[in-house]
Amino acid sequence: MLAKRIIPCLDVKDGRVVKGTNFVNLRDAGDPIESGLRYSEEGADELVFLDITASSDRRNIVADMVRRVADSINIPFTVGGGLRSVADIEHILRAGADKVSINTSAIENPRLIQESAERFGSQCIVVAIDARREAEQKSSAKVFTHGGRVRTDLDAVEWAGRAAALGAGEILLTSMDADGTKAGYDLDLTSRISTSVKIPVIASGGAGTLEDLYLGLTKGAASAVLAASIFHFREVTIPQAKAYLRERGVLVR
Amino acid sequence: MGNLFSVKQACEQVGLNAIITNSKKTILASSAVILPGVGAFGDAMQILEQLDLVQVIQELANSGKPVAGICLGMQLLMTESHEFGRHRGLGLIEGEVTRLSVDTHLDRPLKVPHMGWSRIYSADSIDEQVPVGAWKGSLIEDLPNGTFMYFVHSYYPKPESPDVRLSLTRYGSLEFCSSFQKRNIFGCQFHPERSGPRGLAIYRKLAASIHSLQEQHSYD
Repeated sequence: MLAKRIIPCLDVKDGRVVKGTNFVNLRDAGDPIESGLRYSEEGADELVFLDITASSDRRNIVADMVRRVADSINIPFTVGGGLRSVADIEHILRAGADKVSINTSAIENPRLIQESAERFGSQCIVVAIDARREAEQKSSAKVFTHGGRVRTDLDAVEWAGRAAALGAGEILLTSMDADGTKAGYDLDLTSRISTSVKIPVIASGGAGTLEDLYLGLTKGAASAVLAASIFHFREVTIPQAKAYLRERGVLVR
Repeated sequence: MGNLFSVKQACEQVGLNAIITNSKKTILASSAVILPGVGAFGDAMQILEQLDLVQVIQELANSGKPVAGICLGMQLLMTESHEFGRHRGLGLIEGEVTRLSVDTHLDRPLKVPHMGWSRIYSADSIDEQVPVGAWKGSLIEDLPNGTFMYFVHSYYPKPESPDVRLSLTRYGSLEFCSSFQKRNIFGCQFHPERSGPRGLAIYRKLAASIHSLQEQHSYD
Protein backbone atom coordinates (compact mmCIF):
# COMPACT_ATOMS: atom_id res chain seq x y z
CA MET A 1 0.00 0.00 0.00
CA LEU A 2 1.24 3.45 -0.83
CA ALA A 3 1.72 5.87 2.01
CA LYS A 4 0.16 9.32 1.73
CA ARG A 5 2.87 11.90 1.21
CA ILE A 6 3.67 15.18 2.93
CA ILE A 7 5.52 17.62 0.73
CA PRO A 8 7.01 20.92 1.87
CA CYS A 9 7.32 23.44 -0.95
CA LEU A 10 10.18 25.90 -1.22
CA ASP A 11 10.03 28.98 -3.43
CA VAL A 12 13.47 29.85 -4.73
CA LYS A 13 14.83 32.87 -6.52
CA ASP A 14 18.40 33.15 -7.78
CA GLY A 15 19.20 29.89 -6.00
CA ARG A 16 17.94 31.14 -2.61
CA VAL A 17 14.78 30.32 -0.69
CA VAL A 18 12.43 33.28 -0.61
CA LYS A 19 9.41 33.88 1.63
CA GLY A 20 11.91 32.70 4.21
CA THR A 21 11.97 29.64 6.37
CA ASN A 22 11.89 30.04 10.07
CA PHE A 23 13.86 27.06 11.23
CA VAL A 24 15.58 27.30 14.51
CA ASN A 25 19.32 26.72 14.35
CA LEU A 26 19.64 27.12 10.62
CA ARG A 27 22.78 29.02 9.82
CA ASP A 28 21.21 30.36 6.69
CA ALA A 29 17.45 30.30 6.24
CA GLY A 30 17.80 31.21 2.59
CA ASP A 31 19.85 28.20 1.62
CA PRO A 32 17.65 25.68 -0.24
CA ILE A 33 20.00 22.82 0.58
CA GLU A 34 19.97 23.47 4.30
CA SER A 35 16.18 23.83 4.43
CA GLY A 36 15.65 20.84 2.17
CA LEU A 37 18.00 18.70 4.21
CA ARG A 38 16.24 19.67 7.39
CA TYR A 39 12.85 18.66 5.99
CA SER A 40 14.24 15.41 4.68
CA GLU A 41 15.75 14.57 8.07
CA GLU A 42 12.42 15.34 9.73
CA GLY A 43 10.67 12.81 7.50
CA ALA A 44 9.27 14.81 4.58
CA ASP A 45 8.37 12.37 1.81
CA GLU A 46 9.32 14.59 -1.07
CA LEU A 47 10.28 18.20 -1.73
CA VAL A 48 9.10 20.68 -4.32
CA PHE A 49 11.29 23.59 -5.41
CA LEU A 50 9.42 26.26 -7.33
CA ASP A 51 11.79 28.58 -9.08
CA ILE A 52 10.87 32.22 -9.66
CA THR A 53 14.23 33.49 -10.85
CA ALA A 54 13.83 36.27 -13.41
CA SER A 55 17.46 36.58 -14.50
CA SER A 56 18.55 35.87 -18.07
CA ASP A 57 20.94 33.25 -16.71
CA ARG A 58 18.06 31.46 -15.03
CA ARG A 59 18.67 28.11 -16.69
CA ASN A 60 22.16 27.77 -15.27
CA ILE A 61 21.31 29.18 -11.87
CA VAL A 62 18.52 26.64 -11.45
CA ALA A 63 20.56 23.70 -12.74
CA ASP A 64 23.33 24.61 -10.35
CA MET A 65 20.93 24.63 -7.42
CA VAL A 66 19.42 21.32 -8.51
CA ARG A 67 22.88 19.78 -8.65
CA ARG A 68 23.62 20.95 -5.12
CA VAL A 69 20.28 19.68 -3.81
CA ALA A 70 20.79 16.31 -5.52
CA ASP A 71 24.22 16.05 -3.93
CA SER A 72 22.93 16.17 -0.39
CA ILE A 73 19.29 15.11 -0.24
CA ASN A 74 18.13 11.47 -0.24
CA ILE A 75 14.43 11.88 -0.92
CA PRO A 76 12.73 12.56 -4.25
CA PHE A 77 12.39 16.17 -5.29
CA THR A 78 10.51 18.06 -7.98
CA VAL A 79 11.63 21.25 -9.67
CA GLY A 80 9.24 23.63 -11.39
CA GLY A 81 9.14 27.12 -12.80
CA GLY A 82 9.93 28.42 -16.26
CA LEU A 83 10.51 25.04 -17.95
CA ARG A 84 9.37 25.57 -21.52
CA SER A 85 10.81 22.79 -23.66
CA VAL A 86 11.90 19.17 -23.66
CA ALA A 87 15.47 20.49 -23.59
CA ASP A 88 14.75 22.59 -20.46
CA ILE A 89 13.27 19.52 -18.78
CA GLU A 90 16.20 17.34 -19.75
CA HIS A 91 18.61 19.94 -18.36
CA ILE A 92 16.94 19.81 -14.93
CA LEU A 93 16.56 16.02 -14.85
CA ARG A 94 20.20 15.60 -15.83
CA ALA A 95 21.19 17.94 -13.03
CA GLY A 96 19.61 15.39 -10.66
CA ALA A 97 15.93 16.29 -10.13
CA ASP A 98 13.60 13.30 -9.84
CA LYS A 99 10.64 15.10 -11.38
CA VAL A 100 9.80 18.38 -13.05
CA SER A 101 6.58 20.32 -12.86
CA ILE A 102 5.26 22.24 -15.83
CA ASN A 103 2.37 24.69 -15.86
CA THR A 104 2.04 27.55 -18.38
CA SER A 105 4.16 25.82 -21.02
CA ALA A 106 1.97 22.70 -20.83
CA ILE A 107 -1.13 24.78 -21.48
CA GLU A 108 0.44 26.73 -24.34
CA ASN A 109 1.83 23.54 -25.83
CA PRO A 110 0.11 20.38 -24.53
CA ARG A 111 2.38 18.26 -26.72
CA LEU A 112 5.16 19.11 -24.30
CA ILE A 113 3.48 16.78 -21.78
CA GLN A 114 3.36 13.94 -24.27
CA GLU A 115 6.84 14.44 -25.67
CA SER A 116 8.52 14.70 -22.29
CA ALA A 117 6.54 11.78 -20.86
CA GLU A 118 7.57 9.60 -23.80
CA ARG A 119 11.16 10.68 -23.49
CA PHE A 120 11.67 10.59 -19.71
CA GLY A 121 8.72 8.54 -18.45
CA SER A 122 5.41 9.71 -17.00
CA GLN A 123 6.71 9.26 -13.47
CA CYS A 124 8.84 12.40 -13.72
CA ILE A 125 6.32 14.73 -15.37
CA VAL A 126 4.10 16.65 -12.95
CA VAL A 127 1.51 18.99 -14.42
CA ALA A 128 0.81 21.90 -12.09
CA ILE A 129 -2.62 23.50 -12.30
CA ASP A 130 -3.47 26.87 -10.77
CA ALA A 131 -7.25 27.03 -10.52
CA ARG A 132 -9.68 29.72 -9.44
CA ARG A 133 -13.43 29.46 -9.07
CA GLU A 134 -15.63 31.64 -11.24
CA ALA A 135 -17.30 34.57 -9.46
CA GLU A 136 -20.72 33.94 -11.05
CA GLN A 137 -20.54 30.18 -11.11
CA LYS A 138 -18.76 28.87 -8.05
CA SER A 139 -19.00 25.25 -9.11
CA SER A 140 -16.68 25.81 -12.03
CA ALA A 141 -12.95 26.48 -11.67
CA LYS A 142 -10.82 27.91 -14.48
CA VAL A 143 -7.13 27.37 -15.09
CA PHE A 144 -4.75 30.33 -14.80
CA THR A 145 -1.28 30.65 -16.30
CA HIS A 146 1.77 32.84 -15.76
CA GLY A 147 1.82 32.44 -12.01
CA GLY A 148 -1.91 33.10 -11.72
CA ARG A 149 -1.94 36.30 -13.74
CA VAL A 150 -3.65 35.12 -16.93
CA ARG A 151 -7.06 33.47 -17.03
CA THR A 152 -7.72 30.78 -19.62
CA ASP A 153 -11.01 29.24 -20.67
CA LEU A 154 -9.89 25.81 -19.58
CA ASP A 155 -11.96 24.07 -16.96
CA ALA A 156 -9.66 22.73 -14.22
CA VAL A 157 -11.25 19.27 -14.04
CA GLU A 158 -11.21 18.87 -17.83
CA TRP A 159 -7.64 20.08 -18.13
CA ALA A 160 -6.49 17.66 -15.43
CA GLY A 161 -8.09 14.80 -17.37
CA ARG A 162 -6.45 15.90 -20.60
CA ALA A 163 -3.02 16.28 -18.96
CA ALA A 164 -3.34 12.76 -17.55
CA ALA A 165 -4.34 11.39 -20.95
CA LEU A 166 -1.31 13.08 -22.52
CA GLY A 167 0.98 11.25 -20.12
CA ALA A 168 1.35 13.39 -17.01
CA GLY A 169 2.39 11.28 -14.04
CA GLU A 170 0.91 13.52 -11.38
CA ILE A 171 -1.25 16.62 -10.95
CA LEU A 172 -0.19 19.36 -8.56
CA LEU A 173 -3.43 21.23 -7.95
CA THR A 174 -3.23 24.68 -6.38
CA SER A 175 -6.43 26.44 -5.45
CA MET A 176 -5.82 30.15 -5.96
CA ASP A 177 -8.91 30.93 -3.88
CA ALA A 178 -7.56 29.03 -0.90
CA ASP A 179 -3.87 29.86 -1.35
CA GLY A 180 -2.56 32.01 1.48
CA THR A 181 -5.84 31.90 3.44
CA LYS A 182 -4.84 29.07 5.77
CA ALA A 183 -8.53 28.15 5.74
CA GLY A 184 -7.92 24.68 4.29
CA TYR A 185 -7.56 23.15 0.83
CA ASP A 186 -10.37 23.45 -1.71
CA LEU A 187 -11.62 19.97 -0.83
CA ASP A 188 -14.45 19.87 -3.31
CA LEU A 189 -12.28 20.74 -6.31
CA THR A 190 -9.47 18.49 -5.10
CA SER A 191 -11.75 15.51 -4.71
CA ARG A 192 -13.45 16.12 -8.06
CA ILE A 193 -10.06 16.00 -9.77
CA SER A 194 -8.67 13.15 -7.64
CA THR A 195 -11.62 10.94 -8.43
CA SER A 196 -11.72 11.79 -12.12
CA VAL A 197 -8.08 11.05 -12.99
CA LYS A 198 -6.14 7.81 -12.50
CA ILE A 199 -2.91 9.56 -11.54
CA PRO A 200 -1.99 10.91 -8.09
CA VAL A 201 -3.16 14.41 -7.18
CA ILE A 202 -1.18 16.64 -4.83
CA ALA A 203 -3.38 19.14 -2.97
CA SER A 204 -1.93 22.60 -2.59
CA GLY A 205 -3.02 26.00 -1.36
CA GLY A 206 -4.70 26.82 1.93
CA ALA A 207 -3.23 24.45 4.51
CA GLY A 208 -3.31 26.08 7.94
CA THR A 209 -3.73 23.26 10.43
CA LEU A 210 -3.03 19.58 10.96
CA GLU A 211 -6.68 18.88 10.28
CA ASP A 212 -6.41 20.58 6.88
CA LEU A 213 -3.72 18.06 5.92
CA TYR A 214 -5.97 15.24 7.11
CA LEU A 215 -8.97 16.54 5.17
CA GLY A 216 -6.94 17.02 2.00
CA LEU A 217 -5.94 13.36 2.09
CA THR A 218 -9.36 12.02 3.06
CA LYS A 219 -12.22 14.26 1.88
CA GLY A 220 -10.04 15.70 -0.86
CA ALA A 221 -8.90 12.16 -1.79
CA ALA A 222 -5.45 13.54 -2.59
CA SER A 223 -2.40 11.24 -2.65
CA ALA A 224 -0.21 13.94 -1.16
CA VAL A 225 -0.51 17.30 0.55
CA LEU A 226 1.80 20.18 -0.16
CA ALA A 227 2.30 23.16 2.11
CA ALA A 228 4.75 26.00 2.44
CA SER A 229 4.25 28.51 5.20
CA ILE A 230 2.95 26.23 7.95
CA PHE A 231 6.13 24.20 7.66
CA HIS A 232 8.49 27.10 7.07
CA PHE A 233 7.31 28.96 10.13
CA ARG A 234 7.22 25.81 12.24
CA GLU A 235 3.50 26.19 12.98
CA VAL A 236 3.35 22.52 12.14
CA THR A 237 6.36 20.23 11.93
CA ILE A 238 6.62 17.17 9.73
CA PRO A 239 6.84 14.74 12.69
CA GLN A 240 3.74 16.35 14.23
CA ALA A 241 1.88 16.04 10.96
CA LYS A 242 2.89 12.39 10.59
CA ALA A 243 1.90 11.56 14.16
CA TYR A 244 -1.46 13.29 13.79
CA LEU A 245 -2.29 11.57 10.49
CA ARG A 246 -1.21 8.17 11.81
CA GLU A 247 -3.42 8.69 14.85
CA ARG A 248 -6.37 9.40 12.57
CA GLY A 249 -5.78 6.24 10.57
CA VAL A 250 -3.98 7.63 7.54
CA LEU A 251 -1.10 5.47 6.27
CA VAL A 252 2.04 7.60 6.39
CA ARG A 253 5.69 6.72 6.38
CA MET B 1 19.07 9.45 -15.70
CA GLY B 2 18.84 11.15 -12.31
CA ASN B 3 19.25 7.71 -10.83
CA LEU B 4 22.92 7.37 -11.84
CA PHE B 5 23.88 10.53 -10.02
CA SER B 6 21.81 9.87 -6.93
CA VAL B 7 23.35 6.40 -6.67
CA LYS B 8 26.83 7.88 -6.94
CA GLN B 9 25.99 10.52 -4.38
CA ALA B 10 24.63 7.91 -1.92
CA CYS B 11 27.84 5.90 -2.33
CA GLU B 12 29.91 8.94 -1.55
CA GLN B 13 27.83 9.67 1.53
CA VAL B 14 28.81 6.31 2.99
CA GLY B 15 32.46 6.65 1.98
CA LEU B 16 32.42 4.55 -1.19
CA ASN B 17 34.32 5.85 -4.15
CA ALA B 18 31.87 5.32 -7.03
CA ILE B 19 32.78 5.60 -10.70
CA ILE B 20 30.16 5.87 -13.44
CA THR B 21 31.68 3.79 -16.20
CA ASN B 22 31.07 1.46 -19.11
CA SER B 23 34.69 0.34 -19.33
CA LYS B 24 35.33 -3.39 -18.97
CA LYS B 25 38.71 -2.82 -17.38
CA THR B 26 37.40 -0.42 -14.73
CA ILE B 27 34.49 -2.73 -13.93
CA LEU B 28 36.70 -5.82 -13.55
CA ALA B 29 39.13 -3.89 -11.36
CA SER B 30 36.42 -2.61 -9.00
CA SER B 31 35.56 -4.16 -5.65
CA ALA B 32 31.82 -4.15 -6.27
CA VAL B 33 29.35 -3.28 -9.01
CA ILE B 34 26.04 -1.45 -8.78
CA LEU B 35 23.67 -1.76 -11.70
CA PRO B 36 21.30 1.20 -11.50
CA GLY B 37 18.84 1.76 -14.24
CA VAL B 38 15.94 3.78 -15.43
CA GLY B 39 14.45 2.95 -18.78
CA ALA B 40 13.43 -0.13 -20.70
CA PHE B 41 14.78 -3.65 -20.17
CA GLY B 42 15.39 -4.45 -23.86
CA ASP B 43 17.33 -1.24 -24.51
CA ALA B 44 19.47 -1.74 -21.42
CA MET B 45 20.38 -5.33 -22.33
CA GLN B 46 21.14 -4.31 -25.90
CA ILE B 47 23.56 -1.65 -24.64
CA LEU B 48 25.22 -4.12 -22.25
CA GLU B 49 25.65 -6.53 -25.15
CA GLN B 50 27.03 -3.87 -27.48
CA LEU B 51 29.54 -2.84 -24.85
CA ASP B 52 30.38 -6.48 -24.30
CA LEU B 53 29.56 -6.19 -20.60
CA VAL B 54 27.18 -9.11 -20.14
CA GLN B 55 29.95 -11.62 -19.55
CA VAL B 56 31.93 -9.12 -17.48
CA ILE B 57 29.08 -8.74 -15.02
CA GLN B 58 28.46 -12.50 -14.94
CA GLU B 59 32.15 -13.13 -14.26
CA LEU B 60 32.19 -10.54 -11.53
CA ALA B 61 29.12 -12.10 -9.91
CA ASN B 62 30.78 -15.52 -9.97
CA SER B 63 33.95 -14.09 -8.46
CA GLY B 64 32.09 -13.33 -5.23
CA LYS B 65 32.34 -9.55 -5.40
CA PRO B 66 29.13 -7.76 -4.41
CA VAL B 67 26.78 -7.07 -7.34
CA ALA B 68 23.78 -4.90 -6.54
CA GLY B 69 20.94 -4.19 -8.96
CA ILE B 70 18.58 -1.30 -8.30
CA CYS B 71 15.16 -0.95 -9.94
CA LEU B 72 15.72 -1.85 -13.62
CA GLY B 73 19.17 -3.02 -12.52
CA MET B 74 17.49 -5.63 -10.30
CA GLN B 75 15.32 -6.76 -13.17
CA LEU B 76 18.36 -7.13 -15.44
CA LEU B 77 19.74 -9.76 -13.05
CA MET B 78 16.84 -12.07 -13.94
CA THR B 79 16.63 -14.69 -16.70
CA GLU B 80 14.23 -12.78 -18.92
CA SER B 81 11.73 -9.96 -19.17
CA HIS B 82 8.42 -9.47 -20.93
CA GLU B 83 8.75 -5.70 -21.27
CA PHE B 84 7.94 -4.78 -24.90
CA GLY B 85 8.54 -8.29 -26.22
CA ARG B 86 10.72 -10.99 -24.76
CA HIS B 87 14.29 -10.21 -23.74
CA ARG B 88 17.00 -12.30 -22.20
CA GLY B 89 18.53 -10.88 -19.01
CA LEU B 90 21.83 -11.49 -17.22
CA GLY B 91 20.49 -14.77 -15.83
CA LEU B 92 22.06 -14.45 -12.38
CA ILE B 93 18.72 -15.01 -10.67
CA GLU B 94 16.28 -17.47 -12.19
CA GLY B 95 12.89 -16.11 -13.04
CA GLU B 96 11.15 -13.55 -15.17
CA VAL B 97 10.15 -9.90 -15.07
CA THR B 98 6.53 -9.06 -15.65
CA ARG B 99 4.26 -6.01 -15.76
CA LEU B 100 2.22 -4.74 -12.85
CA SER B 101 -1.27 -5.25 -14.21
CA VAL B 102 -4.46 -6.32 -12.57
CA ASP B 103 -5.52 -6.04 -8.99
CA THR B 104 -7.01 -9.52 -8.86
CA HIS B 105 -8.75 -8.95 -5.57
CA LEU B 106 -10.65 -5.85 -6.63
CA ASP B 107 -10.69 -6.92 -10.28
CA ARG B 108 -9.54 -3.56 -11.57
CA PRO B 109 -6.30 -2.37 -13.15
CA LEU B 110 -3.49 -1.33 -10.84
CA LYS B 111 -2.23 2.21 -11.18
CA VAL B 112 1.02 1.98 -13.10
CA PRO B 113 3.72 3.05 -12.41
CA HIS B 114 3.69 2.10 -8.76
CA MET B 115 5.21 5.31 -7.46
CA GLY B 116 5.74 6.39 -3.89
CA TRP B 117 6.49 5.01 -0.44
CA SER B 118 5.55 1.39 0.28
CA ARG B 119 6.56 -1.02 3.02
CA ILE B 120 8.94 -3.89 2.57
CA TYR B 121 8.07 -6.97 4.62
CA SER B 122 10.01 -10.06 5.45
CA ALA B 123 9.04 -12.97 3.23
CA ASP B 124 8.73 -14.99 6.48
CA SER B 125 6.37 -12.78 8.38
CA ILE B 126 4.37 -9.66 7.75
CA ASP B 127 4.17 -9.02 11.48
CA GLU B 128 6.12 -5.87 12.23
CA GLN B 129 6.87 -7.11 15.73
CA VAL B 130 8.71 -10.15 14.45
CA PRO B 131 12.46 -9.58 14.17
CA VAL B 132 13.63 -10.38 10.69
CA GLY B 133 15.81 -13.47 10.84
CA ALA B 134 15.81 -13.92 7.10
CA TRP B 135 17.46 -10.53 6.60
CA LYS B 136 20.47 -11.44 8.70
CA GLY B 137 23.65 -11.22 6.68
CA SER B 138 21.90 -9.37 3.84
CA LEU B 139 22.19 -5.74 2.80
CA ILE B 140 18.86 -4.94 4.45
CA GLU B 141 19.85 -6.56 7.74
CA ASP B 142 19.70 -3.27 9.67
CA LEU B 143 16.15 -2.38 8.63
CA PRO B 144 13.05 -3.06 10.72
CA ASN B 145 10.33 -5.22 9.17
CA GLY B 146 7.82 -2.98 7.40
CA THR B 147 10.24 -0.17 6.55
CA PHE B 148 8.95 2.27 3.92
CA MET B 149 11.03 2.53 0.76
CA TYR B 150 10.58 4.69 -2.32
CA PHE B 151 9.39 2.92 -5.49
CA VAL B 152 8.99 3.99 -9.12
CA HIS B 153 8.34 1.05 -11.46
CA SER B 154 5.92 -0.60 -13.88
CA TYR B 155 7.47 -4.09 -13.90
CA TYR B 156 8.54 -6.46 -11.14
CA PRO B 157 10.71 -9.57 -10.88
CA LYS B 158 9.37 -13.03 -10.07
CA PRO B 159 12.26 -15.15 -8.80
CA GLU B 160 11.59 -18.87 -9.22
CA SER B 161 13.14 -19.85 -5.94
CA PRO B 162 11.38 -18.45 -2.88
CA ASP B 163 14.65 -18.85 -0.98
CA VAL B 164 16.30 -15.84 -2.60
CA ARG B 165 13.46 -13.46 -1.68
CA LEU B 166 14.34 -11.07 1.12
CA SER B 167 11.33 -8.80 1.16
CA LEU B 168 7.84 -8.62 -0.26
CA THR B 169 5.79 -5.52 -0.95
CA ARG B 170 2.05 -5.22 -1.37
CA TYR B 171 0.57 -3.10 -4.09
CA GLY B 172 -3.18 -3.42 -4.31
CA SER B 173 -3.77 -7.10 -3.73
CA LEU B 174 -0.54 -8.00 -5.50
CA GLU B 175 2.40 -9.12 -3.40
CA PHE B 176 5.72 -8.95 -5.22
CA CYS B 177 9.36 -9.59 -4.41
CA SER B 178 10.84 -6.15 -3.66
CA SER B 179 14.35 -7.32 -2.81
CA PHE B 180 16.38 -10.50 -3.12
CA GLN B 181 19.82 -11.74 -2.31
CA LYS B 182 21.66 -14.82 -3.51
CA ARG B 183 25.13 -15.00 -2.00
CA ASN B 184 26.90 -11.85 -3.25
CA ILE B 185 24.09 -10.86 -5.64
CA PHE B 186 21.57 -8.35 -4.30
CA GLY B 187 18.66 -6.68 -6.01
CA CYS B 188 15.99 -4.22 -4.90
CA GLN B 189 13.05 -2.84 -6.82
CA PHE B 190 12.91 0.32 -4.67
CA HIS B 191 15.41 3.18 -4.72
CA PRO B 192 17.46 3.13 -1.50
CA GLU B 193 19.26 6.30 -2.65
CA ARG B 194 15.90 8.09 -2.59
CA SER B 195 14.56 6.50 0.59
CA GLY B 196 16.04 8.80 3.23
CA PRO B 197 18.23 7.55 6.11
CA ARG B 198 16.81 4.00 6.02
CA GLY B 199 17.74 3.72 2.37
CA LEU B 200 21.22 4.99 3.08
CA ALA B 201 21.60 2.19 5.63
CA ILE B 202 21.62 -0.26 2.70
CA TYR B 203 24.51 1.60 1.10
CA ARG B 204 26.28 1.64 4.46
CA LYS B 205 25.88 -2.14 4.65
CA LEU B 206 27.24 -2.50 1.14
CA ALA B 207 30.26 -0.41 2.10
CA ALA B 208 30.79 -2.61 5.18
CA SER B 209 30.59 -5.81 3.15
CA ILE B 210 33.12 -4.45 0.63
CA HIS B 211 35.48 -3.53 3.45
CA SER B 212 35.20 -6.90 5.14
CA LEU B 213 35.87 -8.66 1.83
CA GLN B 214 38.94 -6.52 1.34
CA GLU B 215 40.17 -7.36 4.83
CA GLN B 216 39.70 -11.07 4.21
CA HIS B 217 41.76 -10.74 1.05
CA SER B 218 44.53 -8.88 2.79
CA TYR B 219 44.84 -11.82 5.24
CA ASP B 220 45.04 -14.37 2.45
